[in-house]
Amino acid sequence: MTEPRLTPALRPLEGLGRWVIVAVESLGRFGSFLALALVTMVTPPFKVAALLGRIHYIGFRSLLIILLTGAFTGMVLGLQIFFTLSRFGSEAFLGPAVALTLVRELGPVLGALMVTGRAGSALTAELGIMRITEQIDALTVMALSPMRYLVAPSILAGIITFPLMTALFDVVGIFGGYLVGVKLLGLSAGTYFGEMQTFVDMGDVMMGVWKSISFGIIVTWVCTYKGFHVAHGAEGVARATTQAVVLSSVLILVWDYFLGSVLP
Amino acid sequence: MIRVSGLRKSFHGQAVLNGIELEVPAGSITIIIGRSGGGKSVFLKHLLGLLRPDSGRIEVDGVDFTRLRGRALDEVRKRYGVVFQGGALFDSMTCRDNVAFPLREKLRLSAAKVRHRVDIALDRVGLAGIGDKYPEEVSGGMRKRVAIARALVTEPEIVFFDEPTTGLDPVLVNTIHRLILELHRRSKFTAVMVSHEIPEIFEIADRVGMLHEGRIVEQGPPAAIQESANPIVRQFIRGEPDPPA
Repeated sequence: MTEPRLTPALRPLEGLGRWVIVAVESLGRFGSFLALALVTMVTPPFKVAALLGRIHYIGFRSLLIILLTGAFTGMVLGLQIFFTLSRFGSEAFLGPAVALTLVRELGPVLGALMVTGRAGSALTAELGIMRITEQIDALTVMALSPMRYLVAPSILAGIITFPLMTALFDVVGIFGGYLVGVKLLGLSAGTYFGEMQTFVDMGDVMMGVWKSISFGIIVTWVCTYKGFHVAHGAEGVARATTQAVVLSSVLILVWDYFLGSVLP
Repeated sequence: MIRVSGLRKSFHGQAVLNGIELEVPAGSITIIIGRSGGGKSVFLKHLLGLLRPDSGRIEVDGVDFTRLRGRALDEVRKRYGVVFQGGALFDSMTCRDNVAFPLREKLRLSAAKVRHRVDIALDRVGLAGIGDKYPEEVSGGMRKRVAIARALVTEPEIVFFDEPTTGLDPVLVNTIHRLILELHRRSKFTAVMVSHEIPEIFEIADRVGMLHEGRIVEQGPPAAIQESANPIVRQFIRGEPDPPA
């Protein structure tokens, strides 16, 4: 049976419908990929060596960039917030302002963006190359699940390492703010840290923890998905890597806003 | 025994496999020949369960492989060994670890047994000394031999070779073919090979099938294929160019 011919006026609607179907199918594949990875993560056999390798790859090898960006973020915050507060004569609140900004917001977000740039892109490229050189197919035909060996350990490593790296980012950032506020601009160390203890509570810390865990899932999920489904050779790997970084970064910011508005 | 019947597959409305009929007797070396773009790689991916057909059957010892999912599919795959075109060696592992990988992960053997079997496997393919090198540090011919060692180290019943000699010089082509023949005589596995190497493949094949435009247009013993009256087969075997359009 042939399909009825559409009038020219309806063709844009047909195109829109086709686009919606493709988008919904892609979202379905994207979601089921994460669901399968999470199920694989909690069912034996557990690939401990692969997990440790991924923790080293995503976490340990991102330490330098986290320490550097954390320190300078804290220093910039110290400088800018000090001058803003000094207009109101409230320099004493520099410590809590730097700490709250880092712990609730900038630590998880900037940390995740940095790791996306360093480890997320590498993860996509690595899986993409494994795909186009048939290494993933080789695992499959050995009756060994690529999900179990490649994807689940990466996502679990993201869940473990992102909060730890965020904590480091926060601590280094707070000391960066201390360097500028106390050592450079003359605020007393007691004021900087004392006010911080008064204004920063466990709820603020937990917000950063929940954010960083969810960012860990988002980044590793997006990056492994994009790498796992690479096609069209080297150009496909390059395209997938770019898409993974862009999509991860956008999702981090969107999810950050969402969590910021629902968490206390 | 593998029996393929009525296998069809289309991509975006274009038929790539057009009703393949093929028999692979147990213990034989069956070689699929055909022009580039004729569907050989797609056909092989169906045999490995990496692609699902639109219709048709692939029976492995009477079981329709195309209907299997999950663990049932993996149970059949555990009987497989596969040599991919580029080797598909894990580039983060040494050659030795590549060969050991299926023994550790599929058979869960002890370290001592793994070491012993890897030594034997590498020795059989003539690579006893290069185990500690990474795939990128060895030549193309060596990579192919490591891939063969990895595919055979678990002593599979059925081994698939996807153009195992592509990109190698004539001496290495014959070396690899002789190696496959020797390993086949020793282990008696069923082999399915996709290859372009004419006329060398006629010396090692028990059966040859010619795939053209998604169909097996001729299959039989090498001698019968070489004497085929089918113009498509004759043109391919003789390497004659297409007539001008």
